[in-house]
Amino acid sequence: MTTKFVKSNEAVVMGALYAGCDLYFGYPITPASEIAHGAAKWFPMLGRTFVQAECETASVNMMFGAAAAGKLCMTATSGPGFSLMQEGISYLAGAELPAVVVDVNRAGPGLGNVYPEQSDYTPAVKGGGHGNYQTFTYAPASAQEMCDLTIKAFQMATKWRTPAIVFADGLQGQMMETVRLPETELARPDFSAWAAQGEAKTRENLVKSIFLDAAAQEVFNEKLQAKYAEMAKDAEGETYLADDCELLIVAFGIASRVARTTAEACRKLGLKVGCFRPISLNPFPREQLAAAAKGRRILTIELDAGQFSDDVRLQLAKAGLGAESADVTMLHRMGGQVVTVDDAVAAVRRILGK
Amino acid sequence: MKVIEQKGMYQRFPRSGKDTRVTHYCPGCGHGIVNKLIAECCAEMGLQDETIFVDPVGCGVFTYYYWDAAHVSAAHGRASAAATGVCRARPDAVTIAYQGDGDLGAIGFNNAFQAASRGEGFGCIFINNSLYGMTGGQMAPTTLEGEKTTTTPFGRDPALTGHPLHVCEVFSQLQAPVYIARVSVADTKRIMQTKAAIRRVFEIQRAHKGYALLEILAPCPTNLRMDAQKSAAFCMNEMEREFPLGTFRDVEKGVGVAESAAAVESPVLQVKPVPQVATCAELFAEKNAVPPAEDDAAFPERRFKFAGYGGQGVLSLGLTVAEAARLERRHTLWFPSYGPEQRGGSANCSVVVSGTPIGSPAVDHPDVLVCMNQPAYERFVDDMLPGSLIIVDATVPITKQPPEGVRLVQWPALKMAEDFGVPKAANTMMLAALKKFGCTGLSGENLEAALVASFAKKPELGVKNRELLRKAEATES
Repeated sequence: MTTKFVKSNEAVVMGALYAGCDLYFGYPITPASEIAHGAAKWFPMLGRTFVQAECETASVNMMFGAAAAGKLCMTATSGPGFSLMQEGISYLAGAELPAVVVDVNRAGPGLGNVYPEQSDYTPAVKGGGHGNYQTFTYAPASAQEMCDLTIKAFQMATKWRTPAIVFADGLQGQMMETVRLPETELARPDFSAWAAQGEAKTRENLVKSIFLDAAAQEVFNEKLQAKYAEMAKDAEGETYLADDCELLIVAFGIASRVARTTAEACRKLGLKVGCFRPISLNPFPREQLAAAAKGRRILTIELDAGQFSDDVRLQLAKAGLGAESADVTMLHRMGGQVVTVDDAVAAVRRILGK
Repeated sequence: MKVIEQKGMYQRFPRSGKDTRVTHYCPGCGHGIVNKLIAECCAEMGLQDETIFVDPVGCGVFTYYYWDAAHVSAAHGRASAAATGVCRARPDAVTIAYQGDGDLGAIGFNNAFQAASRGEGFGCIFINNSLYGMTGGQMAPTTLEGEKTTTTPFGRDPALTGHPLHVCEVFSQLQAPVYIARVSVADTKRIMQTKAAIRRVFEIQRAHKGYALLEILAPCPTNLRMDAQKSAAFCMNEMEREFPLGTFRDVEKGVGVAESAAAVESPVLQVKPVPQVATCAELFAEKNAVPPAEDDAAFPERRFKFAGYGGQGVLSLGLTVAEAARLERRHTLWFPSYGPEQRGGSANCSVVVSGTPIGSPAVDHPDVLVCMNQPAYERFVDDMLPGSLIIVDATVPITKQPPEGVRLVQWPALKMAEDFGVPKAANTMMLAALKKFGCTGLSGENLEAALVASFAKKPELGVKNRELLRKAEATES
């Protein structure tokens, strides 16, 4: 087994290569640039393709072409670039093309700064472009998951023929941890049933997102929605110290690690605190959250203005947990600041009155 | 009725569910002629299986109903970007992008220009009819001065909207394209020339010679508010005066090729061959593989902060501690200051070493703080909790006492490094302090091994630094 001590951003490239990604299209942006650096070096060494695009709009449309031609491809960016890619992600979803976009979230809005936020939640999780589409969105919380969930993102993108997002943040992108690399590389999927590959068997294939006729467009939308509903079976989440907890901290990505340390610190103080972490944010592991949250006080920890806690409330309400949904407290920081364990423990004590 | 088979086209065009042989183009439109020529060339050259057409948004959007080959329908303006993706993914295919003058000349100009500049392996067929067709006859970058459109109702005024964009002339400034030409479909003679030019584009793509641009002047009677004859005359007279026909470049035929200067050998500017490996496992093989961390709840978690000026080696000092932890099979995490923060001259990094999986990566209260300069000390001293340790370089004035219960060690790292004649090794001197005071929870052996490993590219420096480390440890008390 090969282990490497690497930057999480580099772990993304490693995962992509093991997943069989053949093309990388990207434009540099802090704090995601190490992904482009790794791709520029390693893709060509394996005989694969790296293209530095002229802008993020180009990156995502190059992906549209490469995916339409039946190859696995990816890009990585941060907030401002992610905004520029939304139109292209909508086209990818509209043409049902598999591709992976990594968003290493920096602080915004606008130019903001390069420090961590989770404020791209809505475009990363709910579909930030035009039209009724969804993406498969993973939220890694470690260098290991930056590798593993990038691989899974390719698998889900392929399985569901939809763009997948790996939604990380600046802190995760920059930190180094040990990563266990996969034992084997994934086989290339066969897309010849629908892709334009420049060979006799794909001559009749047409990759498009246009339906001029309203009735046909509606039928297509219904098909997409049915697919997204079915996608829910691949939702993933995990609990930590949650079996007997009085208060459940719900957090994803880097915030989930603050939650984990907070729960451990609270346990030492005799406070029964556990954690729930969605690993996929769309589809959201609603049933798993409901099972962990039932009858518990809820605290969310997040690096946004409340987009995540609003979603948690929605998920709880949809799961029939109206009381729990109404009792969600949020602890958050913005602007590139990270919630401290001290603040989180204090918030727990306030809620529990202990 | 006799049905004439059209080469390269589907025999029926089932647009809007209707079984028809009528295209959606208006009578007298140049697109219809060009569509026929492209289909003929593709079929006559036997390239229908190999060809991937990238269709635009605009009047050309429906070519997938007509040309019997694989199609990719791109976003508005992005056909050249999408074609880049297609031809990179399928370098053996014949990739043809079809774009109009709004699509290529305005919204997608940079994508088209940059693709041409990179010399992407596709042919771009660019229809210039001097306006936006599908959206209702608005001004395009190619609209002629004085031309009336729906957004220049008084005629295009160059004082307000500039002059017509000459795409072929602009692209001719680039080195990479192998073929650039402008033709017209305004009369029979020109149509025959256009067919030859389209054939040339296919030939270049079949031979994978590089990027080709063919601009085709085409009449748009509907939006010009003219009949077919008058719009063809407009195309030949007004448009050709602005956009002269001709072959701007055909590298194989020696047309429009600038004499290139003799290559200059440079020791700095070199394209090196990319070393090739067969598998990911080979690419990421570790010479000195370390097994993954083992869980050991008895090992107390330690959080470190290393801070100083950029160039003092605080980031690599942190990395060395992290590497020693890895060698000892502890869980470890390293996190640097980054972005503009590291460009301001100061640098810091955080390291967490733990017997169990690490939660929060943030080091809010270090167990050990190493400061190489005064700003670092002043920035972090108040974060320290009782029982923690600060190691600060002896040159730093203690302007501020640490909180109660915090141990402060003033260690002459900079001076020792100077005295030993290796000023750059001040971070190694600090490592000596960490080792000497046993505050890492890691073995001296692993700290030394990690130090040596940090000089993997210059092994002799690793050995030298290990000597310095031992010397520093022995010298100071």
